[in-house]
Amino acid sequence: MAVDRLRGLLGQAFPDATELAVEDRTGGGDHFQVTVSSSRFDGLPLLEQHRLVNDALAAPLADGTIHELRIKTKGTQ
Amino acid sequence: MSELRDQIENVIDSEDVALFMKGTPQLVMCGNSRRALEALRRAGAPVTAVDVLPDPRIRQELSAVSSWPTIPQVFVRGELVGGADIVEELAQNGELERTLTEKLGPDYRNAGAERVVAVA
Repeated sequence: MAVDRLRGLLGQAFPDATELAVEDRTGGGDHFQVTVSSSRFDGLPLLEQHRLVNDALAAPLADGTIHELRIKTKGTQ
Repeated sequence: MSELRDQIENVIDSEDVALFMKGTPQLVMCGNSRRALEALRRAGAPVTAVDVLPDPRIRQELSAVSSWPTIPQVFVRGELVGGADIVEELAQNGELERTLTEKLGPDYRNAGAERVVAVA
């Protein structure tokens, strides 16, 4: 299932995540909301935080698994 | 260097606010593109929109230039601001207006009507 794949990829990229959620927003299997809280975001501008998430999900973004992605990032401070 | 990439870079560098989106402001084709467009409109940004749907190479060349994999992408004076999530968040907390004022000047709202340019 795509949700599990995304969660696995994010889990690898953010092993310390205090929050890590992947939601299939529409039930169609390709519109996702991901929420990640990690110290990797601390001190980074929002754009760079989202870049880290895009990098972690590069494969499913490239192969069309993800049609629409919404990202919410939170630092730990 | 591909001609298409030159055109994309030209739009990014020469337009005050460039929105690469799916569809056009008159016929938006994707939820995130709509979110970015509406956030920019709420801030009164002078948007130049580029539809990436006519040719899949547009998106490939754009992502190669910006190293941002998704659409929409918003640039202000040549600098990537982000996609829908970021532009919407900045609009909500007033940061978008501050950035537009800082980069385009206090009267940026009347710097030009919304328009569409094509790259091919």
